[in-house]
Amino acid sequence: MAILEVENLRKNFDKLEVLKGISFSLEKGEALSIIGSSGSGKTTLLRCMNFLEMPTSGRITVNTDAGAHVLFDGSRAKALTEAEIRKNRLHFGLVFQSFNLFPQYTALENVTLAPRLQAKTREDYKANSKAILKEINEHGLALLAQMGLADRADYHPHQLSGGQQQRVAIARALALEPDILCFDEPTSALDPELTGEVLKVIRGLAEKKTTMIIVTHEMGFAHDVSDNVIFMDGGVIVEQGPPSQVLENPREERTRQFLRGYGG
Amino acid sequence: MFEQQFPIVFHSLNVGFLQTLKLFAVTLIGALPLGLIISFGSMSRFKPLSALTRTFVWIIRGTPLMLQLIIIYYGPGLLGNNWWGGGETGRFLASAIAFVINYACYFSEIYRGGIQGVPQGQREAGEVLGLTKAQIFFRVTLLQMIKRIVPPMSNEIITLVKDTSLARIISLQEIIWAGQSFLKGSQGISGIIWPLFFTGLYYLAFSGLLTILLARLEKKLDYFH
Ligand SMILES: Nc1ncnc2c1ncn2[C@@H]1O[C@H](COP(=O)(O)OP(=O)(O)OP(=O)(O)O)[C@@H](O)[C@H]1O
Ligand SMILES: [Mg+2]
Repeated sequence: MAILEVENLRKNFDKLEVLKGISFSLEKGEALSIIGSSGSGKTTLLRCMNFLEMPTSGRITVNTDAGAHVLFDGSRAKALTEAEIRKNRLHFGLVFQSFNLFPQYTALENVTLAPRLQAKTREDYKANSKAILKEINEHGLALLAQMGLADRADYHPHQLSGGQQQRVAIARALALEPDILCFDEPTSALDPELTGEVLKVIRGLAEKKTTMIIVTHEMGFAHDVSDNVIFMDGGVIVEQGPPSQVLENPREERTRQFLRGYGG
Repeated sequence: MFEQQFPIVFHSLNVGFLQTLKLFAVTLIGALPLGLIISFGSMSRFKPLSALTRTFVWIIRGTPLMLQLIIIYYGPGLLGNNWWGGGETGRFLASAIAFVINYACYFSEIYRGGIQGVPQGQREAGEVLGLTKAQIFFRVTLLQMIKRIVPPMSNEIITLVKDTSLARIISLQEIIWAGQSFLKGSQGISGIIWPLFFTGLYYLAFSGLLTILLARLEKKLDYFH
């Protein structure tokens, strides 16, 4: 069963309908890229899945080993409580275009902040706090090492390059072991010479079968790394399929037009 | 001559300076929290409240503190109320109220800048990590706000040191008043102006000390940008 099912998702900002019925599913271990022109609703879609925006209608279901969780169902009358929203969010991680690292914390502290706060709610925390915190720290260090930042654990964000900051942000998102990791144009805020190191890290995650949704303008990267590609335009999915279809032999004229802008 | 005058003048100036310090301290103690409340009012999503608060802040910041002192001190008398009495206690109370309101309005703008200056992305990053609203405030945004608030707040605090002298206009017996009294005649001394000049040293010493302390605080927050 698909790990994520999004059905007929809609989002309005007042009268403006930004998502006009988005449906797709994602298998465990799949890397899905979302491409589309500016304003097509890609960011809004990711923000809805992370509950930074509340969808107007539709359904979001996550299927894990623990069972099916309907995170959002627009046909239900009752609004989600804050606690429910927080629980929903833990299924997803989000890496922002602008990193949004916490400036007052070191790289390692950025990565371990949320796990440390979460551990405090564990029943055995009082008795084992030392061991638990040690484990969280080691996990954080291992993640930074995986990002190629083993020697930067104690640096503050302003002491790191943009590419390094974004890799810390990826480690921070991974630290909570989300079912699905979302990226919103992870390299768009970077100088061209720094995009490579971030893309390499994401490629590594794809090789390890991390379930991912990547909004990107890097067509070559999307082609190499994704199992499936979605092309969005004007708040709808125009075309979806494997990269060999969507990026190489698009069926839709709108997709072709869009790709022409990238010299494809 | 000078040797006999100096101890008398010195003592008077010390007494005056104590009143200056008292006004300074009471203003800070009152205006720091009141300013925060006013800033919440001005940021309120309830339009009438934010409009009202901002209008009030605009009026207070747009008129001289000296005028506000005069209105608060003499206003009630014009209406037939002798609220403040004739004594130093009444003058101090009126000064304290005028200063607290005035400085709270300036502080509220600093708080607002500090709070709104933290990028929305910081809160959102906390949210997607499953942090609660309280955790986001205390663990993510609070220190960033403080860092933004400290430098402009330091400026205002240094300004306040000197602004306390405005209370002279309603004859509060602060240090300028004390220095001036020897010009007109007090304790058998009259017609000397140096005590008034001498008050400058008190202000310099105190604002110098504050500058050092506040710079230290700023430096403490220098480890992040
Ligand atoms: N909070 C909001 N309020 C009102 N309109 C919004 C809001 N957020 C986004 N929009 C509008 O929704 C539309 C889709 O925006 P979105 O950011 O999702 O596009 P995008 O595909 O991510 O574009 P880009 O490639 O430029 O990042 C745009 O027209 C935008 O102006
Ligand atoms: Mg976007």
